[in-house]
Amino acid sequence: MEKNLTQIALFAALIAILGLVPKVDLMSGVPITAQSLGIMLCGTVLGARNGALAVLLFLFVTIAGLPLLSGGRGGFGVLAGPSVGYIIGFPIAAFVTGSIVEFWRVNVGVSAFVGAFIGGFVVLNILGIIGMSVMLDKTLPEAALLALPFAVGDTIKAAIAGMVTQAIARARPEALLSRA
Amino acid sequence: MLTLTSPTRTFAHGLPAGAKLAVLALFTVALFAITAPLAMALCAALVACLALSCGRSFALTLVRSLRALVPFVVVLALWHLWLADPLGGLTIGLRLVTAVSAATLVTMTTPLSDMLTLFQSLLAPLARLGLQPKPLALALALMIRFIPVMLDRFGQLSQGWRARSARRIGWQVVMPATLAALDDAAHVAEALRARGGVA
Repeated sequence: MEKNLTQIALFAALIAILGLVPKVDLMSGVPITAQSLGIMLCGTVLGARNGALAVLLFLFVTIAGLPLLSGGRGGFGVLAGPSVGYIIGFPIAAFVTGSIVEFWRVNVGVSAFVGAFIGGFVVLNILGIIGMSVMLDKTLPEAALLALPFAVGDTIKAAIAGMVTQAIARARPEALLSRA
Repeated sequence: MLTLTSPTRTFAHGLPAGAKLAVLALFTVALFAITAPLAMALCAALVACLALSCGRSFALTLVRSLRALVPFVVVLALWHLWLADPLGGLTIGLRLVTAVSAATLVTMTTPLSDMLTLFQSLLAPLARLGLQPKPLALALALMIRFIPVMLDRFGQLSQGWRARSARRIGWQVVMPATLAALDDAAHVAEALRARGGVA
């Protein structure tokens, strides 16, 4: 009980600091934030349930008014803006990512990459694109065009999530809740 | 850490958080029901007047917080110029800016502690489904407390990187940061258990 709670709280903080740290050069030339990497790691390391709860805790504090979303955003404005689909998609993405890592018992690095890609890229972008199409009054293909520039970065982040998860499986096998 | 709440007290700071939130919800629903450009402009003017009534620097802070919307407004403008439908684009853009401004107005005039209290009382009915309010409050406090701790740790990892490598800090630093979060979680869990645990 205590361990679940502290892991949820500290991974919520991890999502926050990955959004606050601006200088991490994920791959030269691609300006991407590490925040969605934090969402993916919640799923791959903590598993579906605890990963989604960590993301929900992070959103709870952000929407209440701490500017923890990348770019210093926060408050109710993020729910009224065009990125609302991504905000709603964050906990769902973590849940899907975690479920895949939990149920697909191949090499943890591989299933973490595939899980992070399906959860953090496919599912997240579907919800994000629906959100943009509603908020900007555009059709779905038009909104999808807006999300396209980020596809490369998201694929890279899924690969990083896979590698980080594999490294953690080696360093702290007992802490990897998604494979407990 | 700085919150988004405005430090200069305005008349709106005194209003109950729940009431502000309810009005905001109704206003946002209305915004999305409106299609007439003139009615939309009136709503925008109303929000602008409210912001200005809270003072000049307050209104400027609010405008600065809208910069995340700039790319979307630019894309909308280009798109609708190309469609030769400038009025339609203007209405959608105005709705976007008005909805976000109104929401930011509520956030800027409500202290974080008031908002968290309101959220917790809104979540209280979920206790029947197993979401206990006490562990939630503890997780909330732990998370906020650990943000500066983990930022410090990230700073140390970055310094270590710079001391050893000429290259710019890369994604590899995420791995020790995540590991540190896991270890901290284990230590805090032990400390909680030693003090009687979470009921």
